[in-house]
Amino acid sequence: MADPPHRRRAHASSSDLERYAGLFAQRTRVMRSSAMRDLMAVTARPEVISLAGGLPDTSTFPPQTFAAQMTRIAQESAAEALQYGPTEGFRETVDCIVEVMGAEGMLPDPEDVIVTTGGQQAIDLLCKTLVDPGDAVICEAPTYPGAIPVFCSYQADTIQIECDGEGMRIDELEAALERLDGEGRRPKFIYSVPTFQNPAGVTMSLERRRRLVEIARSRELIVVEDNPYGLLRFGGEALPPLYQLDGGDFVIYVGTFSKILSPGIRLGWAVAPPPVMQKVVLGKQASDLCTSTLTQYFVREYFGAGRWREYVDSVSEIYRARRDAMLAALRDYFPPQATWTEPEGGLFVWATLPDYIDTSDLLAKALRKDVAFVPGQSAYVDGRGRSSMRLNFSGSGEDEIREGIRRIGKVIGEQVELYDALVGPEANPHMPAGEAEDMGGIDSPSNPRPSISDSSEMDSTVVPFKKAEGE
Amino acid sequence: MKVAVLKGGRSLERGVSLRSGARVEDALERLGHEVLPLEADGELVARLTAERPDVAFVAMHGLGGEDGTVQELLEILGIPFTGPSVAACVRCVDKSLTKHELRAAGIPTPDWFAFNQTAFRELGAADALAGLEQRLGFPLVIKPSRGGSALGVKFAESQADVPAALVSAFSYDDRVVLERFVGGRELAVSVLGDEALPVVEAIPLGGDSYDFEARYEIGRTSFVCPAALGEAEEAAVVEAALSAYETLGCSGFSRVDLILAEDGPQVIEVNAIPGLTDTSLLPQAAEAAGMSFERLVERIVDLALAPAAS
Repeated sequence: MADPPHRRRAHASSSDLERYAGLFAQRTRVMRSSAMRDLMAVTARPEVISLAGGLPDTSTFPPQTFAAQMTRIAQESAAEALQYGPTEGFRETVDCIVEVMGAEGMLPDPEDVIVTTGGQQAIDLLCKTLVDPGDAVICEAPTYPGAIPVFCSYQADTIQIECDGEGMRIDELEAALERLDGEGRRPKFIYSVPTFQNPAGVTMSLERRRRLVEIARSRELIVVEDNPYGLLRFGGEALPPLYQLDGGDFVIYVGTFSKILSPGIRLGWAVAPPPVMQKVVLGKQASDLCTSTLTQYFVREYFGAGRWREYVDSVSEIYRARRDAMLAALRDYFPPQATWTEPEGGLFVWATLPDYIDTSDLLAKALRKDVAFVPGQSAYVDGRGRSSMRLNFSGSGEDEIREGIRRIGKVIGEQVELYDALVGPEANPHMPAGEAEDMGGIDSPSNPRPSISDSSEMDSTVVPFKKAEGE
Repeated sequence: MKVAVLKGGRSLERGVSLRSGARVEDALERLGHEVLPLEADGELVARLTAERPDVAFVAMHGLGGEDGTVQELLEILGIPFTGPSVAACVRCVDKSLTKHELRAAGIPTPDWFAFNQTAFRELGAADALAGLEQRLGFPLVIKPSRGGSALGVKFAESQADVPAALVSAFSYDDRVVLERFVGGRELAVSVLGDEALPVVEAIPLGGDSYDFEARYEIGRTSFVCPAALGEAEEAAVVEAALSAYETLGCSGFSRVDLILAEDGPQVIEVNAIPGLTDTSLLPQAAEAAGMSFERLVERIVDLALAPAAS
């Protein structure tokens, strides 16, 4: 096969790095890159069952609907859909956003909403607007792995507050705020994913939500509530978002169409009080002028058909079955020393292994068995989380999930066995449930451990897996 | 000339290999060669047989590419290739074997022991750990015997750290090396043909030299080339590096990593095929010697075609 005559023209010479080194901004020094990133590059091989991504299953979206809507846009509003749009986003898009937020009991003022290029841009713009180098930003431990590079690139001093089965520990938050007070500092904001958290899958309890909002109001602190998963609920009772409890004075809300419609359309939003919003709009103008007009037209069409809730319900049903498959597989294949969260919605389970297992190293072993997950360390700024992992259940079918968990369980089993051989089984301190020191933390009270009946099932699950092999 | 560039593969250093490969391809094109980029996958032998390149540039790192596997295939196919021979790759990829060879040749390398998993699982080697920890002393470096970069390399300050460090290291290889930690300056000597390029020094920024991850995180380590060394120091370092290169039978190019301790240099490992990305040390060393990346690539190809000349 002949190469095309004009291949990419890359690096000018080997002096590249030298030549540019002096030009890089200070903040690029804290942009993170590590050996683990190279490890993750291997997860892209097609034969790998990846429980590492955070991907919604877009194959569930009917292609006919997509085709019909795009055709309508092309026929009826081609010129407008191909044009620039307002920085804040179209009013029609904002109406859709108000409808989505209304479904969770929120009533934002449309004037407070800005349409962004995914929720990720909303986080970036809020940092751009609020964070100077060295400013304190508070978030959960673990936190959304995608938020860390944003905080780092704005050179925030990121402080992480432990989570347990009820979400962020408010007592620890208060202690951290006191400590900062003592240093004469105030955090620029407290970032939280209170519902079906990424990566831990836990949901902040109502009592803690109330306390967090109270703290924000009494101390006049901003809380950034990132809520991509709230509508993907499979069980339990819906809790009011922080934004609703606060009324939008101190809670800035970040939302997205990524998980309820498509991440490929890159549509998200932020809701903030007018003074903050004005700055955010200026920031967005500088970043990209406006969010894609074409995909805003798509959302307008899609919501016009009035079936968006049905679609959310149908994917939630699919994800519920996948979560169940994952939890069942965890019970069958993970060793008794492991603990994990049981999310009532969202996309992720967070599993914690005995502290002598480093999940970055485990990933290398797992990749040889063609299965991947996200090592817990990527959800921390300080190297904690080494014994935990994030497992995604939305992006793979039930059979694949079961097979993936079986393979991970097998490599964990090998590590446990080896450790036992190294220290002698009696000396192996099985991590007790509730030992929260090193982010064994998220042991919800319902944390499943294999019961006697489960272990009897284990034998039957040793049967070699066949079904997924052809997929 | 038709040059195949072999890259990718399934090793954990696949990402680095793809970057090395892309950069080599650019250089070869600028040099006016016909470039044949080849992913090291199931099609590799078929493509090589069909295309019959004049020479293969092996831009692969880690297992599969740096351990003699691909080199063996190229020998069978009769295609000349860049970098060390099969035998040299085999000796370099296994740190335990490397150290045995070095020690036998009288080249200083830190004391060590190596174990495979079977020793622990079936022969009760755990009972021998206390004894060898005593002989090596703490701190100890525990690492997979085969494997590049910092993956799985752990530092044990005391006996309590050893089992978990072993579990980590065994994630990458069935064999692990427990090595006495030697403090000192971290140096890398790239060898091209039979000449040493200027010495590179890795200086961890504001931190713990025990933190191996720091080495691979941009901004946490600064690299100085040529390293500020006294004349005698430099001569000792270069001599140790060249002896190691020769002892292991390397040819073409390789990189020798050393620690310059108070009592002289100690060879830690030899990378048969070091990275060729824009942040890699070999190209930096070549640059310091006044050699552009193209000339470096050209020279590596020439050495592959005329091994006797080196």
